[in-house]
Amino acid sequence: MSEDERVVEQAVSDFPALDPQDEEQLLPQLVAHLRENRTRLRQEWASRIQGAHLLQAMTPQEVAAETTSVYDNYVEVLETGNVEALQHYARDLSERIIPRGVETHEVVGIVLLLRDVLARSLFGKYQQDFSMLNRVLDAYEPAANRIANTVAVSFVDERERVIRQQQDAIRELSTPVLPVRERLLILPIIGVLDTERARQLTEQLLAGIRRHRAKVVVIDITGSPTVDEAAANHLVRTVDASRLMGASVIITGLSPGIAQTLVTIGVDLGKMNTIGDLQGGLEEAERLLGYTVSRQDGSTG
Amino acid sequence: MDSGPALVSILQQGSTLIASIHTALDDSQLIRFQRDLIEQIGARRSRGVIIDVAALDVLDSFGLRTLRDIAEMARLRGAITVLVGIQPDVALAMVELGLGTGSIETALDLEEGLAYLGVGVTASTVNHRPEHKMSPWG
Repeated sequence: MSEDERVVEQAVSDFPALDPQDEEQLLPQLVAHLRENRTRLRQEWASRIQGAHLLQAMTPQEVAAETTSVYDNYVEVLETGNVEALQHYARDLSERIIPRGVETHEVVGIVLLLRDVLARSLFGKYQQDFSMLNRVLDAYEPAANRIANTVAVSFVDERERVIRQQQDAIRELSTPVLPVRERLLILPIIGVLDTERARQLTEQLLAGIRRHRAKVVVIDITGSPTVDEAAANHLVRTVDASRLMGASVIITGLSPGIAQTLVTIGVDLGKMNTIGDLQGGLEEAERLLGYTVSRQDGSTG
Repeated sequence: MDSGPALVSILQQGSTLIASIHTALDDSQLIRFQRDLIEQIGARRSRGVIIDVAALDVLDSFGLRTLRDIAEMARLRGAITVLVGIQPDVALAMVELGLGTGSIETALDLEEGLAYLGVGVTASTVNHRPEHKMSPWG
């Protein structure tokens, strides 16, 4: 047993252990107290929130409405010990306030403030009877901690869900597969082509080839400053896989640096059809597909 | 392949043979498929062979080598082979494992394979039924 644990044990044994029967009697008493003083305590809590400059993204009316709901849920959890409804409410609340820019520390902060406000009122009520206060706090504290924990975890979970959703959306958008003409796709790559993106790009491209029945794909990497060795090899594999699905790939916009990388690492360039810029790539693709583009004034374009 | 549902079907479209593999084949079934197909190329005087693997979600090295062998043998017997219907996942797995199709041509699906061999369905309809040449579909 560590020094800390011994100290804690000592501190705990100073007071008689909580009798379960005792708790059964105390909690209803506690809940009744919190219900009776609902308006006063809630207002005090709201003013503490304001004092701590929390929830500034919300209007006072919204804060009032939410604090009332949280308060009632809080008392209910103390009464029933069932956190499910609170969990549900916390998730719902998070969904509403996350888009408003409410931060994790604010949510945790307001729940801890409520915990303090209620504890303070219990001190006030039982200050004459120290052993009673002690027993009331024994009943109150674990429940209050569980509530604070539930709300914080629900909020963080919800936030993570939103972040994951956004990540998926960004990933989806970061490698758009764009149909230009019938059977012709272009795939502009903007930003660094790392291994993860390269893998995902291949998947989206192959799915796009099948969906659009593409015969020619132009991958334009003008917007990509660097390509590392792994990504370059992946690019080659993408070309191979596309060919297996019956589409030929033209790579355009290779910067001098990337060209150098590809040569240095010995990528098999024989299989890669590369053309200087996107315009040239599209012209070549159209030629392969049998398109001719002509301007209305008669000159060819 | 002697009992149960057919694992492979070999159909004829003009001078083209269309072999569809319906399910994953084991090694002996593959060998048998190879023998049947090469035999039919001669018997039906085929000029082109399309092997459709759209139903397969895996193509191992032995399967691929058999397909390459088929293409080589078919070439020796005067027919061009096109491999069609490779699924995205299969294509990815193949390049990851470094399995190439060698000299076999590939196309997206049956329709593309036929187009590659110059056997559009319309074209053969016109060839076989010249009296329909003037129809709007001709």
